[in-house]
This record gives sequence, C-alpha cells and structure tokens, in this order.
Amino acid sequence: MTLSRAPTSVTWRRYLNQENILLLTLLVIILVLSRLSDRFFTSANLLNQTRLFAEVGLMALPMTLVIITGGIDLSVSSAFGWSAVMLGVAWGVWGLPLWAAIGVSLFTGLVGGLFNGWIVARIKVPPLITTLATLAIYRGMAYGISQGKPVSGYPDWFEVFGQGSIGPLPTQFVLLIVLTLVVGLFLARTPWGRFIYAIGSNAEAARFSGIPVQRILLSIYAFSGLMAGLASVVFVSRVTTTRADAGIGLELDVIAAVVLGGTSIYGGKGTIFGTILGLVTIALLRNGLSLAGVKGDATVVVIGAVLIVAVFVNRLLRGEKSDAR
Amino acid sequence: MMAVRSAALRPAARTSWLERLNQEVLLTGFLVILVAILTAVRPDFLSKQSVASMLLDSSHLIVAAVGMTLVIVAGGIDISVGSMLAMCAVVGGILARDGTPPELAMLAIVLTGTVLGFVNGALVIWGGIPSIIVSLGMLSILRGGVVLLTGGSWIQHLPEGFYIGQRAVLGIPVPILTAVIVLTLAALWMRYSPLGRQVYAVGANRDAARLTGINVKGIQLMTFVINGTLVGLAALIFATRFSAIQTNAGVGFELQVITAAVVGGVSILGGAGTVLGAALGGLLLNVIGKGMIFLRVSAYWLLAVQGALILLAVVVDIWRKRRLGEL
Repeated sequence: MTLSRAPTSVTWRRYLNQENILLLTLLVIILVLSRLSDRFFTSANLLNQTRLFAEVGLMALPMTLVIITGGIDLSVSSAFGWSAVMLGVAWGVWGLPLWAAIGVSLFTGLVGGLFNGWIVARIKVPPLITTLATLAIYRGMAYGISQGKPVSGYPDWFEVFGQGSIGPLPTQFVLLIVLTLVVGLFLARTPWGRFIYAIGSNAEAARFSGIPVQRILLSIYAFSGLMAGLASVVFVSRVTTTRADAGIGLELDVIAAVVLGGTSIYGGKGTIFGTILGLVTIALLRNGLSLAGVKGDATVVVIGAVLIVAVFVNRLLRGEKSDAR
Repeated sequence: MMAVRSAALRPAARTSWLERLNQEVLLTGFLVILVAILTAVRPDFLSKQSVASMLLDSSHLIVAAVGMTLVIVAGGIDISVGSMLAMCAVVGGILARDGTPPELAMLAIVLTGTVLGFVNGALVIWGGIPSIIVSLGMLSILRGGVVLLTGGSWIQHLPEGFYIGQRAVLGIPVPILTAVIVLTLAALWMRYSPLGRQVYAVGANRDAARLTGINVKGIQLMTFVINGTLVGLAALIFATRFSAIQTNAGVGFELQVITAAVVGGVSILGGAGTVLGAALGGLLLNVIGKGMIFLRVSAYWLLAVQGALILLAVVVDIWRKRRLGEL
C-alpha cells in the first residue's frame, strides 16, 4: 500500500501517528485548561487527579493487551464491582482479617478473569459476547451477594492504598507507575509480548508458528480480572465503603483510554505508552470539564464521543480496512 | 469458515438429532415446563392478572428484540438500545409537555429511534468503526444526553391523548397488540421477502453475499435503521404505559434485549436466528423474572441469571455448530 503513495507523503505520515497527535492534543488541552481555571495547573490538583485515575489506569494496562489480541473485555467494571463487594463481605460479614479480605478480593477478580479467558480461549466464544454476558453475571454477583447492602467502617491503616502517600506521590500512583513499567517492558521486550501482537495480527498463523495461543489468551484475560480486583482494593481504600454498584460504566473510560492511545480495535497494534497518553488525556478532559463547571452527565457524553472519534481517526491514520460490522 | 455451511451438501445419513432440534421448539418446551413447575408451586402464577402483566411487560422487549435480531443476524450488535429507548421517550415527552399535539409527539418518539439507528449504522458503515465501539460510545452519549435534556427530573402531567400504552383495542392492550403485529410482520418479512433473506446472506458470509451482487453495506445500514425504529416503537408503548417518563428508563435494557435474541437462537456469529425465537427468548426472560418474584428469590440475583442465560445460549450454539462441522 505504501508503494503507491508519493515518497514525500510517506515521510510526512511517519510523524503523523496517534501518539504524536495525542501528545499535541494533550499540550493544547493543558494550555486551554490552565487558561480556564488557575486551580488546574497546580501540583495539588494534578496529584489528586492521579488518585482518581489510577483505578482506570490499572485496568487499562491489561485491556491494552486484550485489545491487541483482537479481543475486548467489557466485564472489567463488573469484575471490579464484584471484587469490591467481596472485600466488604469477607471482612464485614465473614469476619476475616482485612489482609485476608484483600486476598479474597484479588482472588475474586482473578476468578472472574480466568472464567472469561476459559470461555474465550477454550470454548472459543467471541470475547465481545462472553464479556457482555459476564458483565451481567459479575454485576449480578455483586448485587446478589451483597443484597444491595454497603459495608463501611474499615480500619485506618487500610486507607494507605487509596489515600496514603509514598514520599510526595499518592500510593496508587506509585503502584500504577511500577505496573506500567512492568507491563510495558513485558509487552515490548519479551518474546511473550511479541506473541501477543502475533495473535492479534493473525491468530491462525500464530498457532501454526507454535505460539501457545490458548494459554496466552487465558493468561491475559485472567490478568485483566486480577487487575480489576487490585483496582477495586484501591477504590475501596479511597472511598472507604463497598457498594454493589461500584464502577458501573467504568469500562467506557478504560476502553476509551486504550483506543485513544492508538491501540487498534482490530488487534495487532498498540503500545502501553500510548495507553498512558490516552489515560492522561481522558483524566485531564474529565478534570478540566469539571473545573470548568460542566456537569458529570455532559462529561459522559464527551468521553463517549472521544471513544468513537478515536477509533475513527485511528483507522484513517493507519489506512485500515473500512469493512466494519 | 472453510467448512461447508449448507446442510443440503451433506449426506442425509449425517442429519443428526442436533440438526432437527430447532431453538424455537426447544424454547417453547422449556417455557411450558417452567410455567408448569411455577404453577404447581404457586397456582396463582397462571392467574389472568399475572399472565396479562407478564405479556404487557414483555411487549416492548419483544419489539426491540425483533430489531436486535436483524442487527445480530447481519453480523453487528447494538448495545446502545437502552439509552436509545430513554432518548426516544424523553424527546416525545418533552414535545408533548410543551404543547405539541400528542399524535405528533408519539410519531416523534418513533422517528427519533429511526434517526438514532441511522446514526449508529452510518458510523459503522461509512465510518468503518466496529458496531460494538459505536454503540458503547452511544450508550453513554445518549444516556448523558437524556439527563442533560431533562435536567434529571421526571416528565409528568402529559396530555391525556399521549398515554396510548394504557389503552386497549378490542380488549387487547395496545402494547401487546403492537408486539404481536410487529412480530408477525417481521417473521414473514425475514422468511419470505428477498430483502429479509439478504440479511441472512450478509451475516452468514459477507464476501459471498457481495459476490452475489447483494449491497452488503446497504443491507447492514438497513438493519440498524429498522432496529432504531423498532426501539422507538418500543419506547412508545413502554413510556406511555406509565404516568411519568424517568431519566433512568431503559438502564440495562440492552442486556435484556440481547439476552432475548441470543437465548432465542440468534447466532452471535451472524447469519442465523429468527425473530420468533427472539420473542420467545424475551418471554422466557420475563417468566423467569416473574417466577423469581413468585418464589421469593431476591431480585438482586436477576442480573446474574440473565448473564448466565446469555452465556449458556452462546456456548450451546457454538457447541452445536462444532458438532455439526460448521465451525
């Protein structure tokens, strides 16, 4: 395809990738927002934003891997809610020590993810419908197990994950940075990371090259569930209450961050760096809009539009197939 | 994909019981057994009042499930129908409240659905954006839009003529009548009209459909537009049943509609499924919901049951296809 294009436009197009465009957009957003509100560009505000967005970020990391394989995980927000409820139930109803309840919460997320992975990898049900079904199942578990009753009154030390700091940085921000580096290096610098791209580009070819496609898919979905569990622990620690409706609609922010970061919804392409840029953009958009006095409902409209436009631009930039369904 | 899809090309000896068991028969049997058990436990389950409310509560679900069937059979999906339902109802409600004649307001409810369906379809067809992304985005755009339009408050005290959902023709409530008419027309159209058959062709094998001269994109756009219109119609018979239009109307409706379709045998891989199956799926969903209330199972579990039903139906569908060598 590149052969038919004039050489000049090739060099021009080299710099016109999603990440560079996003960096530019980010700069513009930051400039506009700091004009709109003098509270925006303060370290207090920015650091506080990392508290709010670490949870989305923690789920966006595995979502990047999932989407690179050509899949999707709509159930993360429900796995998140279910894990949060299990933390509350294990501690408040079963009377387990809090550290064990945290374990239960992480385990719940892992089980949810493993189940998704098993259905997708072994039974070969399309990820879209699998995770749409488990979106209902896991949220249903959250409602059913809690019977709609919230749990609160956690001990003070638990606040360290969601409200504490390591040096000047919020705990969950440090957690996100560390995990970003780990997942980013894993994806870009290990054979397993390359396998993930191979699966997304052509699963059949990947299988014939001896890549353990099923095992990798299973692990990625399991990882997605586990991270939803981890994000829910951070969330409960931040808001100090567990409710069955925790995180409803969060999958929109997570998926928007990933595709905004240039990960192709058709699979095979994407980077963790892009996802982080996408995450920052969405975080700033949300923060900026609320500082500018825009109501939460309008923000949801903007994020939804961003999701659609991002996939569209992404496709145009790469000249990808237009035969969508 | 490479395997032969047509049953006619396979030797007759290989026609197994799996092939003869179609989803409609299976579902009807399951429904009858379920109703029998529920009636045995709670005789008032089959009381006239209970049956009437079950049919009434299923009617808008069935109308929307017919539209969803078209979209899924053609190979797409639309998870924005819950927000769409609310948007249609709110637009009509606001018009009626501000003095538009009730008839025009009711027409506006349906046409809003047509327009929104067209927008979804256009974004998929000409934007080249997968329908899951388009409808995930629209799900929140429309829900946010509804809250912005209404300021979060209910729309009440509409003119008497607006509440068509509370009326009855020949003793049959309008919502039920609408569902029956839509279902019958759609079933005949899907089965016997060339356009209806083309929807199956597009979903079963896109490239083959294109090569036979079918306007693949046109057909797909049509499924989204019809789906939107039917969601508008569903909004009409749903919103006019109650005295107030709430901004959270239709939250989670998309899951019910997709459950109805998929449980009704509509293949998520495209190309197979009937509107009758989807309607039976919708009925089943309501029988289960009512049954849980009659058996005093906490309603908090309903969502989990719904999700489990989707998964079960899809897994069985894929298992069956694999046994038949279609996958």
